[in-house]
Amino acid sequence: MSYHRFDAVIVGAGGAGLMAAIQMAGKANIAVVSKLYPPRSHTGAAQGGISAALGNTEEDHWQWHMFDTVKGGDYLVDQDAADVLSREAIDAVLELEHMGLPFNRTPEGRIDQRRFGGHTRNFGEGPVRRACYAADRTGHMIIQTLYQQGIKHNVNFLDEHHLLDVLFTDDGRCCGVVTLEMKTGEIHTIHAKAIMIATGGFGRVYKITSNALAGTGDGIAIPFRRGVPLMDMEFYQFHPTGLYKLGILLSEAARGEGGILRNGDGEAFASRYAPTLGDLAPRDMVSRFIHQEVREGRGIDGKDYVHLDLSHLSPELIDEKLPDVTGFARTYLGVEPKTDPVPIQPTAHYAMGGLPTDVEGRVIRDAKNTVIPGFYSAGEAACVSVHGANRLGTNSLVDLVVFGRRAGKHMLSFIESAELPPLPSDPELVARAQVNDLLTRPNGERAATLRQAMQEVMMDKVSVVRDATSLNEAKAVIDGVRRAYHHVAIDDHGKTFNTDLTEALELGCMIDCAEAIIEGALLRQESRGAHYREDFQARDDVNWLAHSLVYRTSGGLELGKKPVTITIFEPKERKY
Amino acid sequence: MDVTLRIKRYNPDEDVKPVFKEYVVAVEPTDRVLDALNEIKWQQDGTLTYRRSCAHGICGSDAMRINGRNRLACKILMQELGKKITIEPLLGYKVIKDLVVDMDAFFAAYKSIKPYLIADDAPSSGERLQSPVDRERFDDTTKCILCAACTTACPITWTNEHFVGPAAIVNAHRFIFDSRDQGAGERLRILNTQSGVWRCRTVFNCTEACPRDIEVTKAIEEVKRALLYEQV
Repeated sequence: MSYHRFDAVIVGAGGAGLMAAIQMAGKANIAVVSKLYPPRSHTGAAQGGISAALGNTEEDHWQWHMFDTVKGGDYLVDQDAADVLSREAIDAVLELEHMGLPFNRTPEGRIDQRRFGGHTRNFGEGPVRRACYAADRTGHMIIQTLYQQGIKHNVNFLDEHHLLDVLFTDDGRCCGVVTLEMKTGEIHTIHAKAIMIATGGFGRVYKITSNALAGTGDGIAIPFRRGVPLMDMEFYQFHPTGLYKLGILLSEAARGEGGILRNGDGEAFASRYAPTLGDLAPRDMVSRFIHQEVREGRGIDGKDYVHLDLSHLSPELIDEKLPDVTGFARTYLGVEPKTDPVPIQPTAHYAMGGLPTDVEGRVIRDAKNTVIPGFYSAGEAACVSVHGANRLGTNSLVDLVVFGRRAGKHMLSFIESAELPPLPSDPELVARAQVNDLLTRPNGERAATLRQAMQEVMMDKVSVVRDATSLNEAKAVIDGVRRAYHHVAIDDHGKTFNTDLTEALELGCMIDCAEAIIEGALLRQESRGAHYREDFQARDDVNWLAHSLVYRTSGGLELGKKPVTITIFEPKERKY
Repeated sequence: MDVTLRIKRYNPDEDVKPVFKEYVVAVEPTDRVLDALNEIKWQQDGTLTYRRSCAHGICGSDAMRINGRNRLACKILMQELGKKITIEPLLGYKVIKDLVVDMDAFFAAYKSIKPYLIADDAPSSGERLQSPVDRERFDDTTKCILCAACTTACPITWTNEHFVGPAAIVNAHRFIFDSRDQGAGERLRILNTQSGVWRCRTVFNCTEACPRDIEVTKAIEEVKRALLYEQV
C-alpha cells in the first residue's frame, strides 16, 4: 500500500477540477488525480462556446441568461444557482481570457459571441449572441488553458490513477480516496481534509453517445454505493446532432451559424414545432422533433436519421467558424458539408443529474440540504442544479468554470480550519477485494457482452422517449446485467497497465448509473425537459416541481424528493 | 471484410522482448482502427493494451504507429489501410506495455518551454483586446492536442533524448506569437540552447504526422527566424 496525505484532493482533471485546483494552488497542499492525462479530459471535446452576457456584439444582460437557463431547464432549475451561474459567467469568461484563452475576436478586438440554442434576448423574444467561442474548439482551448495554468502554479498531478473508492468516517465526513496507479498496478490511499469529485458524465451507459470512452460515471457511482444520493438522474440529454451511427458531436454552433435540419422530404421541419426559435430551440425539444419525424416516416429514406444542411453557408465561414465539426463529417462519413447534407441522429450527450450540491460545491446528503463535510463536486458529475430538466448549449462550460471556481475557493477556506479526519482502519479493504476478485476469477462472463446489453437496452428503452413499459423492460435487462456482473471475468491478470481490469470496474459504475436513471424515470410520472414519458405527456407542477433523489441502501434503491428553489421566475408553459 | 492486424505486443511482467501477434477481425471499411482494436480487446484478447478516450481525434490518447506512420487510431479508417495492418507503439519512448509508452519525457519537454501565458497586465475590467489578425497569427499552433505523434516521428528525438521535440516547440510558438504574451524572450532563450530548435533538421516528419494538420515544421522555422532576426 502507498499512503499520501494532502489538504485536498480533486478527482478528475477536466474543467471543473482544474478550475478548483487553480484556486488552491500555492495556498494549500493539493493533488489532482485523473485516470487520463489532464488535457485528455472530455471538457476538451466541447465545441461551440461558453455563454456569458458580455454584450460585446449586441445588448445582453445576465438576467436574460438566467431566465433562459431556467426556462431551458423546464423550471426544474434551482434559481439561486442559476443566478450565480449567469452573474458569475461574465467574470469567469474574462478570467479565462486573462489566463490566455484564445477566443475569437470582434473587429474591435473584443471576445466575439454567437448564437446558440435557447439563448434569447429580452426573455424569449428571439436569439441573442451570447456564446463566447474559439472556432468550434472552445472546450479544447479551455482544457489547454487550464492545464497550462495548473503547470504554471505547480499543481501536483497524479496522472493515470483510476478511482477505486471514496472514504468516509463513521460520522459521515469524507476523508480520502483510494486509487489504482495504472503504470504499476499499485493501490494508493490518498488521505485529505477535503475531496472533490469532478469526474464528468456517464454517456457510455448508452450505445450512441458523444461521450469519451472514459465517460463511465466512476466518480458518482462510487459515493452512491457509500450512501450518497444522486439527484435528477432521469434527466439525460440527447443532443440532436450526433453523426449518424457514431454519435460524434456536431456542434449546435452549426445551427447557430445558420445550419438547417431537414427531413426526408427536404423540409426544414424545426420551425413547424418551434415557430420562434426553430432549429435553435433547446436540445431536448429538437431531439424530440427528430424522433417524431423519424417515427412518422420522414427520416431520410424512411430510416432513423435526418440531415443537417450547411451547404448554403459560405465555405469561408465554414472554414473559419466550424472547421473541426465539418472535418468530423469528412473523416468519419466521407461527406463534404460545404456541398452535401450531413446525416445526423440524437446522441447521448449530457447528464443533468449527479451528486447533489449547494452553490459552494458542497455535496449534500438529503432533501434538507445537509452538507457532507469535506465532500465537494462540480461540473457534469454534480447537480447544483443549474440545468434542471434540460441543459442549454454552452452552459456546461459555464457550469464547470463558475462552480469549479466556487468549489475550489470554498475548499480552501474549509481546509484552513478543518482537522484531518481519521481514515477507516483498513482504508483499502473494499477496493482491494474488488480488484483481487477480478484479478483472480479464472472464468466467467465477458464484461464487453454485458456492457453491450446495457448500452443497447438503455438506447432503445430509456432515451428520448420512455414509458412505464419500456422502463420496466430496461429494468429487467439491467437487473440481469447486474447479476451477471458478479461473475464477470477478465483475461488480463497482470499488474502493469491493466485496462482489462479498469474497463470491468467502469462497467460496474455504469450499471449503478443505469439503475439510478431507470429508477428516477419510473418514479417521475410526468414529462419535463429531457424526460419525456409517453404515458404522462404533460408537465405536472403540482406533483413534480421537485428534484428526485435516489439512494442505494442495503435493501435496494430508495427514492425521495427535494424542493426546487424558485426566486424570480414562476413556472410557465415552455414554448419557443 | 476480414482484416489482419499485426500488433507489436510487450508485457514487462512476462516478455523478455516484444513480439508481433496477429489477429483477424471482421470490420466495416468505415470503421476506425480504434474500433478494430476494441473488437480484439472486447471479444478476443482482453490483455491487448492501448490508451484511448474520446475516439474522434481530439483528446490525443491513441497515437500509435500504423503501417509505419504515426496516426491516431481513432482518426484513420480501415478503408485507407489495406487488409494487413501493422500496429506498433510510438518510437523513442520506453514501452510500458503493448501500445502504451511512457509519456513522462514528452510532458517534461512540454513543461520546459513555459506553456502558459506570461503577462502581468490583465485589465481590471473587461478582456485584453486582440485584433482578429493578431489572433490569427498563432491560430494553427493552438490546435495541438499533445498526442506526441510529431515528436515521436522525429528522427532527432529518436537519437537525442535531450531534444525538446516538435510538440514543445509548437506550444512555445503558440505563446511566442500571441500578441498578449510577454514571455517570448524567456522561451526563445530556452529554445536557443543545445536541446532547442537548432537540433531540428527540417525533415518534415512532424508535419506529416500531425493528426491536427498543424504545419509543425513551419512553426519551428518561425521560431528559428525569431531567434535569428530577434523579432516576432
